Amino acid sequence: MKFTPSSPNPQSIKIAGGRVIDPLSQRDEIADIYVVDGFIQRIVPVNDNSANTQDIHTDITINAEGKLVIPGAVDLCARLREPGQEYKGTIHSETQAAAAGGVTHLCCPPDTNPVIDSPAVAALIQERAHQSGYAHVLPIGAMTHDLEGTQLSEMHALQEAGCIGVAQLRNAIKDNRVLLRCLEYAATFDLTVFFQSVDLSLQGDGIVHESFTSTRLGLPGIPRSAETVALARDLLLVEQTGVTAHFGQLSCARSVEQIAAAQQRGLPVTADIAVHQLLFNDEAIDGFNSQYHVNPPFRSEIDRKALIDAIKSGVVTAITSDHQPHEVAAKSAPFAATEAGISSIETFLPMSFGLVRDGILSEQEWVTCIATTPASIIKIDAGKIAENSMANLSIFDPSAQWQLTPDALHSDGKNSPLLGKTISGRTCATIYNGRVVFQLS
Amino acid sequence: MSLAIPPHQLQLNEHGQLKHFLTTENLSTEILTEILDTAESFSSVGQQAVKKVPLLRGKTVVNLFFEASTRTRTTFELAAKRLSADVLNINISASATSKGESLMDMLWNLEAMDSDMFIVRHQDSGAPHFIASQVCPNVAIINAGDGRHAHPTQAMLDMYTIRKHKGDFRNLKVAIIGDITHSRVARSQVHALNGLQVGEVRVIGPKTLIPHDMEHLGAKVFYNMEQGLKDVDVVIMLRLQKERMNSALLPSEHEFYRLYGLTTEKLAFAKPDAIVMHPGPINRGVEIETAVADGPQSVILKQVNYGISVRMAVLSMAMSGQSTAITATSEAINGEHGA
Repeated sequence: MKFTPSSPNPQSIKIAGGRVIDPLSQRDEIADIYVVDGFIQRIVPVNDNSANTQDIHTDITINAEGKLVIPGAVDLCARLREPGQEYKGTIHSETQAAAAGGVTHLCCPPDTNPVIDSPAVAALIQERAHQSGYAHVLPIGAMTHDLEGTQLSEMHALQEAGCIGVAQLRNAIKDNRVLLRCLEYAATFDLTVFFQSVDLSLQGDGIVHESFTSTRLGLPGIPRSAETVALARDLLLVEQTGVTAHFGQLSCARSVEQIAAAQQRGLPVTADIAVHQLLFNDEAIDGFNSQYHVNPPFRSEIDRKALIDAIKSGVVTAITSDHQPHEVAAKSAPFAATEAGISSIETFLPMSFGLVRDGILSEQEWVTCIATTPASIIKIDAGKIAENSMANLSIFDPSAQWQLTPDALHSDGKNSPLLGKTISGRTCATIYNGRVVFQLS
Repeated sequence: MSLAIPPHQLQLNEHGQLKHFLTTENLSTEILTEILDTAESFSSVGQQAVKKVPLLRGKTVVNLFFEASTRTRTTFELAAKRLSADVLNINISASATSKGESLMDMLWNLEAMDSDMFIVRHQDSGAPHFIASQVCPNVAIINAGDGRHAHPTQAMLDMYTIRKHKGDFRNLKVAIIGDITHSRVARSQVHALNGLQVGEVRVIGPKTLIPHDMEHLGAKVFYNMEQGLKDVDVVIMLRLQKERMNSALLPSEHEFYRLYGLTTEKLAFAKPDAIVMHPGPINRGVEIETAVADGPQSVILKQVNYGISVRMAVLSMAMSGQSTAITATSEAINGEHGA
């Protein structure tokens, strides 16, 4: 396995014989891609005999036969833990993990320490990411000062410092009037607001989905209404203010119904679902397995199926990793004392590709959910494969079988319920800004 | 991974014997009955001139209480001492964790002192399971109450009480009344009663105190005492924690007592020979009337006495099952080395 951080001097690369999939141009064909000086210079279908590629000099050839060549994934929610929680992960380690997972662009939520509520923190994160050179990190700013929910943050300054939106995450804004003002202020600058709708009073001391499983295990439950009640309020305030809104990591059938209803009445709202919500339901926590401790919690099988349906029907147009690396101790305690989250960025592509294997999505639709629409949601020029555009690509082998072990994860966080399991599908190489930043040997 | 093994499987060795005691859920009728029979055989030890049997001689039992308890801890201590074990009592207040020592480090230290058994009470559901699966798999772990999850020895002493006074479980109707949501005792009782094939299990309380999908757990839900107590043979009252009054679960003690408090009038809805039980400590005038608590149908004080022999049964069975498991493991290891 080889990592090479992206440097100012890009390489000349030929990606030979892969199945190139680009939803934006509706391309799905076997083709060679020539990358020169950071850009995709030519895309030549293999059966195009008229193409003359003699003039293109390449240093490196990557054989992509039998593999998918797709735009580098754009992940709308991945924790890097730096600054503040470097014992869980660093910008270097987690962007390296992103590269190994085929992710070239990722959004970093503002709950760092200090939180991303000042241009200095936003700049620091981008600078560190740039130095590491494995992936493009796009910070999301805090919507309120220190995420405390009382004082508006300097959203315009954050926007100028490179934040692609603002978020309050799962921190309370007790006063709905403050929330309303936040949305109005964000709308002033056309800043996208990233919601993770939760009513903390309804969540209470809950840690798992309120269900038969929570009753059996004696673990305090989180009712669906903790999400759906807050989501209803948030959608109405979005409608009132006209702010651009994205709803992240939904977990309930009723939530995606609400998003669909809002879209039907013309609200331009988008939504995503964390990849692990498509895999597991609330019964996974049996045996008090803290690797399945996530927030929002895994809900019922009915909810899980509704989330998949929402992706299939296009109500939800993005899948995120919701990557949350943790140190070992964070998961080694009685369930309620453990921290929520999964180190998931390296299994993001293979696990979401499961929807293709199960016949739910086409390859094109899968790429749309992990790269094309996420890029359009955050309004960046990525998530596509086109001549003269920046070369951000992932080469994915859908038939690879590999064992997930702690050593196989590049993330500092070894917390995954998939440890010890065989994973189908694997990222073989990742090209970021025209350089091979990861290649499986 | 061992982590994913549910408690009811983790607590059995390869011969299907108890090696830990974590929950009454999914335990076979045979094991549940064996616990009661073994307890019966210990019931006379307390009447002997020398109140000891040598079953746990030379074994070190650590009472590890992360939550305050007097009665449960004392009966466990007494049970272990009557089995001739060396007993260490450790009450861990919040201060131990504030010193920065993790739960795992503390347990490893105790294990390094060659402890054979931990009796664990912890505020987090699943804590004894975590210790048995992740920290000290070769120490017998006895659950003395974890969060809202389970309190299996309390449930077994209640089963013992019921069998003692009512005999065969199969024709009995048992009602559990009060705060089911926050009660580990209620959950363990429901599992044990169903495991012993009781005729019918009921829970009675307001919706704020009945957890989600309780029917699925194996209990019929009633919101009304008159309907819920009709034809019942056993009435089990639960302790109502005073702090619940302040968390919008109930309007007042007075209203709770009026609706669900066990008074002589309400007890009359049950069968005339119904027994009244309570895991204690009781709140007189909150969940139960003094006349009922001290009345002829009450077996509350007897429960405390039965608690010792039931805990002796569980301790001796788990120690024996754990020793078998360890012997089997070391034989397997030696076998591998030999080959």
